[in-house]
Amino acid sequence: MSSEQLTIASLTDRVKSVAVGAPVSAVHFLGERATFVCAEEKVAIADATGEISHVVVHGGAILCTTSDGKRVVTGGDDGKLVALNAKGETSVLATDAKRRWIDNVALHSDGAVAWSAGKTAFVRSGKGEERTFDAPSTVGGLAFAPKGLRVAVAHYNGVTLWFPNMAANPEFLEWAGSHLAVTFSPDNKFLVTAMHEPALHGWRLADNRHMRMSGYPGRVRSMSWSAGGKGLATSGADSVIIWPFASKDGPMGKEPAMLAPLQARVSMVACHPKQDIMAAGYSDGTVLIVRLEDGAEILVRRNGSEPVSALTWNAKGTLLAFGTEDGDAGMLEF
Amino acid sequence: MSELSSQKIPVTVLTGYLGAGKTTLLNRILSENHGKKYAVIVNEFGEIGIDNDLIIGADEEVFEMNNGCICCTVRGDLVRIMDGLMKRKGKFDAIIVETTGLADPAPVAQTFFVDEDVQKNARLDAVVTVADAKWLSDRLKDAPEAKNQIAFADVIVLNKTDLVSKPELAEVEARIRGINPYAKLHRTERCKVALSDVLERGAFDLDRILEIEPEFLDAGDDHHHHDHDHHHAHDHHDHSHSHGGLKHYHDEEMQSLSLRSDKPLDPTKFMPWLQNLVATEGQKILRSKGVLSFTDDDDRYVFQGVHMMLEGDHQRKWKEGEPRESRVVFIGRELPEKTIREGFESCIAA
Repeated sequence: MSSEQLTIASLTDRVKSVAVGAPVSAVHFLGERATFVCAEEKVAIADATGEISHVVVHGGAILCTTSDGKRVVTGGDDGKLVALNAKGETSVLATDAKRRWIDNVALHSDGAVAWSAGKTAFVRSGKGEERTFDAPSTVGGLAFAPKGLRVAVAHYNGVTLWFPNMAANPEFLEWAGSHLAVTFSPDNKFLVTAMHEPALHGWRLADNRHMRMSGYPGRVRSMSWSAGGKGLATSGADSVIIWPFASKDGPMGKEPAMLAPLQARVSMVACHPKQDIMAAGYSDGTVLIVRLEDGAEILVRRNGSEPVSALTWNAKGTLLAFGTEDGDAGMLEF
Repeated sequence: MSELSSQKIPVTVLTGYLGAGKTTLLNRILSENHGKKYAVIVNEFGEIGIDNDLIIGADEEVFEMNNGCICCTVRGDLVRIMDGLMKRKGKFDAIIVETTGLADPAPVAQTFFVDEDVQKNARLDAVVTVADAKWLSDRLKDAPEAKNQIAFADVIVLNKTDLVSKPELAEVEARIRGINPYAKLHRTERCKVALSDVLERGAFDLDRILEIEPEFLDAGDDHHHHDHDHHHAHDHHDHSHSHGGLKHYHDEEMQSLSLRSDKPLDPTKFMPWLQNLVATEGQKILRSKGVLSFTDDDDRYVFQGVHMMLEGDHQRKWKEGEPRESRVVFIGRELPEKTIREGFESCIAA
């Protein structure tokens, strides 16, 4: 993307519409193809022209999903963990013996996969070794650390850092309340959770110092690290809230940047993988591209629908895809 | 509000002490030919004899909210389950949450007040408590959970009535009424109750807080039911006295308190008083409801609450000729009756 294009106020006429036809809960790119994960049963794979093919991955609701760019892994209320590759082929990675819901899933760049059902977290390494860990309460979120085989397991009253290949006891980071989504900063220095109440909680991993990030009117459902991990963009307010993480103290004692305010709640955020720009989706269906430096906005999709519920860039940052709760979706090429 | 709330999925909370017959009632609800599909959240898999892919096992995890209020608890697992269930919207008509026999219904109810996402999609319909006619009187003495469940209920299914004599039945009903005179009570054998009596009750719908009169005990109870301001001795665990041959019990621990006024209330006094009352005594107050007439206000104001959580709204215009009477009901544990009565009196407009 050139700086010239950023002066264009609207790109809506360049969006390729994708008729997914069912509520979309996430989108990932497998190569150049966007895979829209539906709320139930299916994934819709769209090629560059917007043509789609459907693949059935679950026998019920799709509760969680993630991707490393090579495969999309989904967990369902059918107790199955399913992988989908770029060719559209599926394989069942695991089936819960008690047919419990698969609530969370995470992928490591080395091929390891982690998932959870109820209080139990599972990890299967790239070599196929499986380990389990029982959290003190239901697992709210899972994340692999960028380095080493270390898994953050979010739960009630804190996060456990679990080292599946080591005999050492897991490390417990305590903070009262229910912790849901969890994410490591790309430099491995910070850990952040989205809590059940409208707030984030963070730890600096060197000394476990706490960071409270609050003031949201609604629960934070979407978090995205900006290029190089300089900031953490979040949903949950009527503007995009970006917490600064460039310094060694992270956001401690600092105010977040607040960009792209609208008369609607930000529902999804997705930072560009390479440049200091991001995409934001709103509860009224709006999609914007926002320049982090000055908050300059470009319209990608007009308002007037159900909330944007899926938003992502491809790894090169040349394609943006979005989807909504009422089954509309689109792709934009730069 | 009611139009919006009608699109939300109704949630029935099914409680009852161990062995009272919750699973029997659940099986009835699921097997009867009503053309509706229920998502059921249970704690014990396998007890439900019905094939239904929308039976979900729960962990009954009670989480404290981070708002400094210790009675402000929610069911963390329920938040997660509701999230997942909403992906299957349209596949079911209503949700039933079965609690374990020892559970406090409050965290379940509060989940539907506190959680924004849950609130957006679902509405609490009623708390239905199944009670065992033979053993409830004993449980009320030795199991605080059983008492909680009775106090909290909007609907009480008094089950296994075939196992007790008539006087025993009257006795257990009187004990229930001593705690909660407001719930609808149904006497059943093997939980044979019309499903319309337990489902779609709208007990938490502000628009339906019309009748907060106590339910009369139908047998021989022909006297006007008066407010419970008897002076009773505190040297017994409980005591009974008789009206027209019918026993009235007063539970020493759990009771209801009804307040009323023909004169309008001053909203600038009442609202702060109510908020302060639930903030300070909210742990003791299980349920509260009210229909209010304020000074210089032609609208009825209605409110309801669970512990410290309150919701209220202007409901509608007072009708022509309708007595503009304010009525407030609290059900709770060791309610500070004198303080509450005096506080209420002080809110009556001069």
